[in-house]
Amino acid sequence: MNTDHYLTLSALLFTIGAVGVLVRRNAIVVFMCVELMLNASNLALVSFSRAHGQLDGQVAAFFVMVVAAAEVVVGLAIIVAIFRSRRSASVDDASLLKY
Amino acid sequence: MIAFWALAPLMVLAAVGMVLVRKAVHSALLLAFVMVCLAVLYAAQQAPFLFAVQIIVYTGAILMLFLFVLMLVGVDASDSVVETIPGQRLAATALGLLFGLVLVLGVAQATMSASVGLGAANRDGNVDALATLLFGPYVLAFEVTSALLITAALGAMVLAHSERLTPKPTQRDLAAQRIRDYADHGKHLGPLPTPGVYARHNAVDTPALLPDGSPSSLSVSRSLQARGTIPADLSSAAVDRTATALDSTDSHQRTAAKHTDRGSGR
Repeated sequence: MNTDHYLTLSALLFTIGAVGVLVRRNAIVVFMCVELMLNASNLALVSFSRAHGQLDGQVAAFFVMVVAAAEVVVGLAIIVAIFRSRRSASVDDASLLKY
Repeated sequence: MIAFWALAPLMVLAAVGMVLVRKAVHSALLLAFVMVCLAVLYAAQQAPFLFAVQIIVYTGAILMLFLFVLMLVGVDASDSVVETIPGQRLAATALGLLFGLVLVLGVAQATMSASVGLGAANRDGNVDALATLLFGPYVLAFEVTSALLITAALGAMVLAHSERLTPKPTQRDLAAQRIRDYADHGKHLGPLPTPGVYARHNAVDTPALLPDGSPSSLSVSRSLQARGTIPADLSSAAVDRTATALDSTDSHQRTAAKHTDRGSGR
């Protein structure tokens, strides 16, 4: 099983996540798409780790997961705080700085 | 090999569905599917520790947190279809396709040496080898991670905390308010009517029937109505007769109000 299949899958998932971030309006769904992108990069890290026969890639993927957990906690708290004050989770509505 | 070809198309389909589906809960479930499939792929790539972490941390903790927040923010809050920047959706999709094409072509162009495999590195077990790395060369990053996690937990507590601006109503206040509502608007004093439960449909989303045979919208939870889970045979009747039902409750309330007017008029 060669690595480039896994890398192609990872690239596809990353692209889908990126398009989702650009297209969707609901802040939570945008956030989930960011998670998909992080997961896709993790898959690439694990694939490279196996291709090179070294475990550093898996350690990097582990760190990405830890940072993602911290990021999700803070990001969701921000979304809840915005929802409390504006009664909406749409990223279009939080545009006060524009005016 | 089999795991990859069985899972990869499903994963891509689920990911595309996650972007396209309108309801946020469905997106979350599709993302959970993608993450579990990723865990299987990790297991297939000699990473059993990451397999467990992916399922426990990502699917178990992070996605459940997403679902909790979805319930807080409102399950029926679906996306608006209005584009604030004209043509943004089309441009984003085109750019995304281009980006994906570049990435895939880049991967296809690269020549990679044969995969070494982790047999040698995992000789003493994957977890042992990872621990040697984590507490050896990466120990500083590992310690900094703990600081990051504590900071994130504190930040979430600060952000999610909200100061109570008005005093909390006591049971006495609530009772007084209820009586006041009855006096002013003739609102029914007792609890809301219970949902009707029939022999052929035994669930709380069945509205109770009023004496004239029309369903009472007061007897079903409003979020159930907003979600559209009221059964079809009843909801069609409900659509026809909700107006009359509301009218009849209104008239009930109006007569009650009349009584109270008379009562307070003296």
